[in-house]
Amino acid sequence: MNAPFFKFGYFGEETSLIVAFIIGIGFGFFLERAGFGSGRKLAAQFYLTDLTVFKVMFTAIVTAMVGLFWLSVFGIVDLSLVYVSQTYLVPQIVGGLILGVGFVVGGYCPGTSCVAASTGKYDGMMYLVGIITGIVVFGEAFPLLKDFYSATPMGKITIPELVGVSYGLVVFLAILMALGGFVGAEWVEKKFATKVKGVGQ
Amino acid sequence: MSTLSEAIEVNEVEEQTLPKVEQNAQPFWNPYLAGTGLGLVLLAAFVIMGRGLGASGAFSSLVSVGMQAVAPEHTSANGFFTEYLGDGTHNPLKDWLVFEVIGVIVGGFISGILAHRVKGSIEKGPRISSGRRLLLAFLGGGIMGFGAKLARGCTSGQALTGGALLGVGSWAFMLAVFAGGYAVAYFFRRQWT
Repeated sequence: MNAPFFKFGYFGEETSLIVAFIIGIGFGFFLERAGFGSGRKLAAQFYLTDLTVFKVMFTAIVTAMVGLFWLSVFGIVDLSLVYVSQTYLVPQIVGGLILGVGFVVGGYCPGTSCVAASTGKYDGMMYLVGIITGIVVFGEAFPLLKDFYSATPMGKITIPELVGVSYGLVVFLAILMALGGFVGAEWVEKKFATKVKGVGQ
Repeated sequence: MSTLSEAIEVNEVEEQTLPKVEQNAQPFWNPYLAGTGLGLVLLAAFVIMGRGLGASGAFSSLVSVGMQAVAPEHTSANGFFTEYLGDGTHNPLKDWLVFEVIGVIVGGFISGILAHRVKGSIEKGPRISSGRRLLLAFLGGGIMGFGAKLARGCTSGQALTGGALLGVGSWAFMLAVFAGGYAVAYFFRRQWT
């Protein structure tokens, strides 16, 4: 068995769209299960009272990362055929900072706002209108932003390639980091939950 | 016989009242369980398609098609929109991310219905009016849309997907998202707490 299946021509473009729809259903299902249809729950990440965003995100990252690592070790997945997006360091950092602000102001990110809207949250629907507006503004400003958008290109580079260590070692360190993060997150939640209670009483 | 029919009657009454009790929203899943599910979906995307998940890209396709319908000449001259429109040989909405995002909407709805969480409401803290919250939701979406395009992806495409693939830009992006959020959280506390 050779994976990624699509890259080995096991099915065509038309079928890939059905796959996209089904994978999307899974994505939306688990986002909603985690509570990510709720802007309040998402925003609580930034007030340290509920760190579900961190926990879910890093559990998902570790799960997919470890799964992909072992599948490539056993020769099932050809990692070179999995699409890694190009790094443009400075615009990505600036974009990330802007996005973080948008997260706190709006309460969602694009994926979670879809789930919020489909479960009846009016603020989620407004957020979607906002995203579309923001993309129109970016597109219109694109001629001015073009140079910065393409600044500091580093190509398709991964952390193991950048640091010059093995893929497996970085996977291992990322797992340790996530586990440490989970312990820390549970501790922070407990601390801030009692603090909030204390203020309330 | 009479006791049996009475028992059935009682049962029927109970069955009628039961759904009302169940209509209360169920608690969310344990975050580690939901995160594992999400990770397996992402892994499935890698294995089946050789690509990860995304969200903002679908909106870029939608915007580009809309812009072209409204102002074709103006849009054709813009390198950002044309990237999503392609060379005109195929429909830009017949796109992997567009179909995936339609799935996200459906999947979220299915999960919400099953857990009795689909309800017209506004997510906000107790100290802000609904009107102001909706305005901030619109503004936040706008900021997010702009930032996601500059970063070449959002929390799905960059943080989640690029994070699992150990991309350098994706990890820098992810840290920046948290930094940006924590930097301004204090100023928007009245909206959420």
